[in-house]
Amino acid sequence: MIMPYEYLEDIVIADTAFKAWGKDLEETFISAANATMNVMVEDLDSIQLQEKREIQLENEELDMLLFNFLQEFIYYKDAEQLLLRTQQIQIKGKDHTYVLEATAAGEKLNPERHHLNVDVKAVTLHHFRLERTGSGWETLVILDI
Amino acid sequence: MPLPDIIERISDTVWELPVSYKPGMRVPARIYGTEKLIQAMDDAVYDQITNVATLPGIIKYALCMPDGHSGYGFPIGGVAAMDTEEGIISPGGIGFDINCGMRLVMTNLTYSEVKPHLKKLVDKLYEKIPAGVGGTGFLKVSRDEFRQIVEQGARWCVKHGYGWEEDLEVTEESGCIEGADSKKISEKAIDRGYNQIGTLGSGNHYLEIQVARREHIMDEKLARALGITLPDQVVVMFHTGSRGFGHQVATDYLQVFLKVMQSKYGISVPDRELASAPFNSPEGKDYYAAMKCGINMSFANRQLILHRVREVFSDVFGRSPQDMGMHMVYDVAHNTAKVENHSVNGQAKKLLVHRKGATRAFGPGMEGVPERYKKIGQPVIIGGSMETGSYLLVGTSGGSQTFFSTAHGSGRTMSRGKAKKTWRGETLQREMEARGIYVRSASRSALAEEAGGAYKDINDVIEATELSGISKRVALFIPIGNVKG
Repeated sequence: MIMPYEYLEDIVIADTAFKAWGKDLEETFISAANATMNVMVEDLDSIQLQEKREIQLENEELDMLLFNFLQEFIYYKDAEQLLLRTQQIQIKGKDHTYVLEATAAGEKLNPERHHLNVDVKAVTLHHFRLERTGSGWETLVILDI
Repeated sequence: MPLPDIIERISDTVWELPVSYKPGMRVPARIYGTEKLIQAMDDAVYDQITNVATLPGIIKYALCMPDGHSGYGFPIGGVAAMDTEEGIISPGGIGFDINCGMRLVMTNLTYSEVKPHLKKLVDKLYEKIPAGVGGTGFLKVSRDEFRQIVEQGARWCVKHGYGWEEDLEVTEESGCIEGADSKKISEKAIDRGYNQIGTLGSGNHYLEIQVARREHIMDEKLARALGITLPDQVVVMFHTGSRGFGHQVATDYLQVFLKVMQSKYGISVPDRELASAPFNSPEGKDYYAAMKCGINMSFANRQLILHRVREVFSDVFGRSPQDMGMHMVYDVAHNTAKVENHSVNGQAKKLLVHRKGATRAFGPGMEGVPERYKKIGQPVIIGGSMETGSYLLVGTSGGSQTFFSTAHGSGRTMSRGKAKKTWRGETLQREMEARGIYVRSASRSALAEEAGGAYKDINDVIEATELSGISKRVALFIPIGNVKG
């Protein structure tokens, strides 16, 4: 399967930029979360799905909803040393607000088993965008390393 | 990169982009560097530093240091001084890693004394000072204690036995910046930080054992005043910041500022990462008080790492750290915004100086320089790539042109992705070992991203800071042992 994200080498020098896409918002959010985790963990399949976390977010801006969603993965990595992957996700519009409900699952990071790369400090807003394309949605994200 | 046509050469090391370069610029942008360095800068630097020049309240120039390269919001190497009444404060001018900085520790050991123990020393440092993704530290504190730590900084650590009183005298702000208010930080920020004190992190963060060879001492008198008195003297240098805590503080306030920037304060910026609020506004003041917690967390982090370094040396050599002369030289930040007194057109003025990947470099006699360095100027510690070496400098009176700021590192020229394709971690590690640098890294691929070839030549950067008069070289340290994140 072709990964629905790619890292871009010519946008930033000290940090990491990626483009992620999907046929709908949900797929695009999952792709972007995987791209973020893949910066830190070489092989996402090495993460065993042992613990679950529910993620509930609301934002008036769709792109900021994605910003907050990606931040959750960075948060759990620091706060609980948990490496997570999205299992289920639903995004709905409600009274000028976007509501996201997701279930993520994963396990405590283990340097013996997870080939770890570099840490992600934060999602930046530099060139950050989420837009509709002919075939779905696409996002450009720069992560602070 | 070709230089923009409009750029004007002010001197051999100062290049100016006038306000006509881009609509909205309030002041010109000045980039420091020799022609060689300027030619090698990526063009995003021009775009980003001129974006900075559009920010409300900016005084004189938007400045970029000789190690400048593209970042997010400000370029790395960006300096902007804001009027404290009319100007803004921006997390994008500080960076997510609040108070990321450098600490330098002396020893009275020589290379020949350390060499036989080098591997053991590096292995133990690697074991005692966690590095890499999601690393947690040895200090177990409650959330309430953590709140005290972010308000008291390195002072908390020394009070609890993790360091010497004299360490505080040679830490910027004496290891505790006044005005940090833990009521202004989120629970999430605490969650991300309270188990990470005493950890290095990853990316370009490192801890090195280095040697000051005689031929690398540029100023004998200054070197002596800073504690370098022996041939092939061994020092320890490390680079880290406020870890997940600081990153979360910046993330939180970036969103607060985005919400009020335009609607409440009518500020528009060319890049959302430059989200700002007036310094003199409730949101601006809240962020400043929260950001100071990040500054203190970072001082505490480096203080705990210093404590561990002394423990490891003591363990390996069977001598006390005092006996081995393990005095700290200085601790200096390169990601902050602070209110400082500067002279603007002959008038003394309080300014909020943002430094993002730029080091404060106060000259001799200035307020804020520790008593013992008052005559020589503030020590400036600039880390190079892990293969090439790092520098000790001092601030100079010529620093007034950059609000007493200078470079902070080598500056990257190659992206992380390209570096990973160019070098292999294992090979690099072996090659470095053959050259006398023993490396332990939490991640081989992360090691490849930090290859010396991905950076500018540190010697060029340092030369440019001296030629332009913003800092003065004292010594170059060559790495012999390295712990990488």
